[in-house]
Formats: sequence, C-alpha cells, structure tokens
Amino acid sequence: MKQEFPKGEIKSIQGLSFTIRGDDIDTDRIIPARFLKCVSFSALGEQVFADDRKELNGNHPFDLDHNKGANILIVNDNFGCGSSREHAPQALMRWGIRLIIGESFAEIFFGNCLALGIPCLTASKEKIVKLQNLVEKNKHQIWNFNLKSLSISNQKETFKLNLGEGTYNMLYSGKWDATSQLLDEEEKINKTFNNLPYLNNFKLDI
Amino acid sequence: MSSGTLYDKVWNFHQVKELPGGSTQLFIGLHLIHEVTSPQAFSALNEKNLGVKFPNLTVATVDHIVPTSNQQRPFSDPLAEEMLVTLENNCKIHGIKFHGIGSDSQGIVHVMAPELGLTQPGMTVACGDSHTSTHGAFGAIAFGIGTSQVRDVLASQSLAMNKLKVRRIWVDGALQKGVYAKDLILHIIRQLGVKGGVGFAYEFAGPAIEKLSMEGRMTICNMAIEGGARCGYINPDETTFRYIQGKENAPKGQEWDKAVSWWKSLASDSKATFDDEIQLDGSSIEPTITWGITPGQGISIKETIPNPELLPKNEQQIAKDACKYMNLKPDEPIEGKSIDVCFIGSCTNGRLSDLQEASKIVKGHSVATGIRAFVVPGSQKVAKEAKEKGIDKIFLKAGFEWREPGCSMCLAMNPDKLEGSQISASSSNRNFKGRQGSANGRTLLMSPAMVAAAAINGKVTDVRNFLQH
Ligand code: SF4
Repeated sequence: MKQEFPKGEIKSIQGLSFTIRGDDIDTDRIIPARFLKCVSFSALGEQVFADDRKELNGNHPFDLDHNKGANILIVNDNFGCGSSREHAPQALMRWGIRLIIGESFAEIFFGNCLALGIPCLTASKEKIVKLQNLVEKNKHQIWNFNLKSLSISNQKETFKLNLGEGTYNMLYSGKWDATSQLLDEEEKINKTFNNLPYLNNFKLDI
Repeated sequence: MSSGTLYDKVWNFHQVKELPGGSTQLFIGLHLIHEVTSPQAFSALNEKNLGVKFPNLTVATVDHIVPTSNQQRPFSDPLAEEMLVTLENNCKIHGIKFHGIGSDSQGIVHVMAPELGLTQPGMTVACGDSHTSTHGAFGAIAFGIGTSQVRDVLASQSLAMNKLKVRRIWVDGALQKGVYAKDLILHIIRQLGVKGGVGFAYEFAGPAIEKLSMEGRMTICNMAIEGGARCGYINPDETTFRYIQGKENAPKGQEWDKAVSWWKSLASDSKATFDDEIQLDGSSIEPTITWGITPGQGISIKETIPNPELLPKNEQQIAKDACKYMNLKPDEPIEGKSIDVCFIGSCTNGRLSDLQEASKIVKGHSVATGIRAFVVPGSQKVAKEAKEKGIDKIFLKAGFEWREPGCSMCLAMNPDKLEGSQISASSSNRNFKGRQGSANGRTLLMSPAMVAAAAINGKVTDVRNFLQH
C-alpha cells in the first residue's frame, strides 16, 4: 500500500521499524550520483541505497520482505553526510521512510529531510544501540512516535528523544516546509505585487 | 551594512515579510525556467496539490539539452526529448509562455530574456541556473536558485532569502583595443578569487564599466557567480534604456517615460554606503585567459604559467592540480600553446556583438588544419541578425561550423563534447575538470575574438596581432 507523503502537522508516526547500522553513511551511498539525471524524483524510491543493495543481493534491509511497509529508520552517527543533494531524503521518502532516529545527522541532510516533513531525532549512542537491538529482535512490533512527549515506544519500553525547539514548533504547527511558510500569508504577497511599479503600469504613486 | 545602493532599493521594493527563521520572503518579478531544473519542481507542485501563483511572471525556454546540428523532433537523445516534452506539458498545463524549438525567440535563457525586453531594471529575477546573475546588467537583482526554490517561486512567486552584503568594484579608465568585457571579468575574478564574492552582491561601476555596451555588461555580470558573488549588477543608464526601448516586452508610450524615471531613481546614490569597495584600472588590463581548472586561474596573454610554489599557500594545491590536469609546466608561456577545438558561444559570449567581433578577426583567414572550430549563436534572434549581416558566411568561409542556438559545448549536455584530453579555446564561463563533456578534456577560457585568433593560428594567440592595421 502506498503511503501518502507527509503534510500538515506531524504530531505522531506509527509503524514498523528497521535499522541501517554504521557511522558516516553519506548521500552518495543513499542515492548514487548516476541516478541524478532524471525528470522527476518519482523513480528514486527504488534506487535508494542501490549500490549497497546490489552488493548484498537481496539481503539489504531495504530489500528484506519483513521490512516492506516499514516507515521508521534507526541509524547511527553522522547519517546523510556528503553532498547537499536533495535526492537523498527524496529517495528515502519515496521508499516509504517517514521518521529517522539516530545518534546524529549531517546538517544539510537534516534540513532537507525537514523540508519534506521527515523528522530526524537524536538520542545517545547507548540508547540508539539498545533501540536498534530491540527493533531487530522483534521485526513485527509496531512503534509509536509521539512528538509532544518526544519519545518512541513499543508499549513495553519507551525511549526519550531529542529535537531542537525550532524544529519541534515547525512540525507541531505543520509549517515545516518552505513552500507552506511562503504561502502562509498570501495577501502579503499580493500586496507586494500591487506595490511594484513594473507590474502596475509604472504607476509611481502607489 | 549597505544603504542607498541599487541592491538595497530593489530589495526593499520586493520584501514581503520576515520569515520565522529570520530570513526575508522576497518577491520574484521575473522567473525564468528551462528543461533541466524545472521538471522536478513541477512534480513537487503536483504532489503538494499546488498551482502556479502568477503564471504570467514565469517564462520558459529550452537550451541546455538541445542538439545544435539537427533540431528535428524527436531529438535523437531520448532523455533530451523527454525533458523537452515534460517542459512543454508543464507549460501547457500551467499556462506558462514557452519559447520552444521552432519559435523565433528560443535561445539560451540568459540571452533570450533580455532580447525580448523581459529583463528590466529594478526587477528581481530568478532562474534555476547559476548564470542568472547575467540579468543584473540591467540593474536588476538576479540570482540562480535550486530545484526546490524553483518549486517555491512557482507556488508563491517568492523565496526565502538572506540579504547579501554589497561590494562595489570600481573600474577606472577604458579598455584597450583587443581587450573586451570578458578579459575584464576574468581579470576581476583573478584578482578577487573564485570565493572572494561569497556572501556579496557585486556592483560593477566606474568609467570602464559605463563605456561597455549592454552585451559587454551582460558578460561581466554573467560571470559574477564565477567570482563567488551570487548576483552582480550595473546601475541602469542611457545605454540600458536604449537597449530596452522598442523590445517586445518593453514599456510603451506614456509608460515608457514613467518607467525610465523610476529606473533612474533606482541607481545607487552618490552617497550610498557599501560593505566593501575595490578599485581597478581598466586601461592596464591585457587580453586575459585561464590556464587552469577554475575561472580564477587567469593570466594575461603575455604571462607564463605560474609556479605553484610561489603562489600564496591557499592557492598552491589547486595550482598543482591544475598544472597536472592541464599538462602545463610552471613558467611555460601560454601564448603559442596548441589547441584542438574552438568554441564561440554560451550565455557569456554568444550574443551578436561577440560573433561580430570574432568575425572581424576571422575575415580573410582560414581555420588552421586539424582544428575543429564552431560557432553556436546564443539564440534564434542572434542567429537571424548574424545571418542578415553576413556573419555566418564569414565563419563558414573560414572553415568554422555554424550551428543552431543552444548551450552546446558550454556544458556538453548535448552531443557537442570534447574527446579525450582535447584542449579547447572557449568563450564560455567554466573551465572545471570535465566541464566540456570529456572526463579529461581541457578548457582555456577567453574572449570570442581571442578564440577566433586561436582558431586561425591553431594555437593561443594575442588577438591584438590581428588588429594592428
Ligand atoms: S550557456 Fe552554459 S552557463 Fe549559460 S545557461 Fe547554458 S549551460 Fe549554463
């Protein structure tokens, strides 16, 4: 079943989870450069981690049957480092990822994810490793992320997570993407339009 | 902080509001799109169920992927054809004016928009292409944007921006014979470095700039981005007004006078404050040419390849890389260096006066044996006017190929490419490794007249040798 892309307020996310282990996983691994020449981002979902997946021949987490439909990814340190390409979060989102939890994220990757409505939250190394172990032990458990309490839980155990206040507010209010921020007060855009001489027959008394 | 500059005035007119993150929402008066950076922006719009807010303020053309030898549809490269079809459809769906293949106004986006009188003083101009700075030649604030910003402009006709600092680059004197706008901008980038303009808008001013034609001014602003400045501009004056008057989209009748008086009011005040000011002497500049792999690695035609060991510390590594990649030795003269390919074209130097100046050099001569030389007009209008003046004949007679308009070998997204380690004399704007389509191809940037001289002699030549009589 195809999930809808994120929109509006993002206060909770629920679903299956899986892990990608390793530090410094860069955007080139998330989406190899040869997939960048394209007219739409729509094919990127199938190409996420293409080279790693090829190497593992069907045994990569993004290929394993029990991960189909999962939407929460648990990663380690400095995830998404490398180039600023928007294709990397696009590829993850189109595969189905809606939430990423890790030790830390590369700054631009974090911003690009947020702009798509994919929250990236952090926790200490110990917590992340514990969470990863739990996730891998029972592949069919449903995890619940709650923005208000900044936590993820499987009913038995709850993990506290970190998120900056600014990002929290953007997710909570639904104003996480640049476009909706820009469209927030459309009347102000129209007012600017109406005050520009070259768009109003060069009337100068406006 | 700057005040009273054209940049400040235009910025103020276009400010919509402050955004929560601290940046400014800036209204975009003219949005230009092409086939490479727009398709993903349109699909993002569809996914968000958004429309184009002001379809009249976006104008499209096709330039990067068009073949220049045969423009018959469908193009032989299926991906190129797909990109073009996607743009055609998007324009149709959203009611955007498209100057496509077969239209007499198609051309490189930064050549066609000024020709149509679309670019005017006081505008904000954005396009998903870094050389959008070109339009600053008219006294507009013009800058390149990324794909997600293209989406934002389509949806909201605005962008989240941070205000830049303003550096005035004042050029005294007058350029010598055989020295063109291209030499001046290569010289400026050499002096200030390719990162010198990061965080700045460049105001180009002074007697040497004022004497330039609009086409020369466009060459200057076009390459501001190669000096790290996301936008560069020149205050509008009589030269600007004369160029715009009568163009298809120029203000007409009574509006014209009102427009001119508004435009005049936008020029930087004599008491304007700049964040930084730099002064250069234009009359001492010689024909300038790049020898390396960044546009900042320029030298005059009479200089030798620099010795990396003798350069400032932070330039040494890139200079060593450049010597190795270009297969040039320190202290070797650049004049007389053999070349393989000559390319006249691009949004930097593919306009009528560029072809005209180059044709003056070519007239009565022939391309040296073994050299592949070609001219790619920047637009259909340039091609038409050049033909009316017989310029195409001069080039053809000398052994140049005369092509259809497009970006061509500026970035080699179409079939025009260097092969192997071929070295080109090119009137374009980027000499990065592999830029012209071959992973080890080499590029020497120079003025179109210098390219013409190189084509005739088969080697890097001082164009002034052709101008003596
Ligand atoms: S001519 Fe070159 S620099 Fe100019 S728009 Fe085309 S590809 Fe970009």
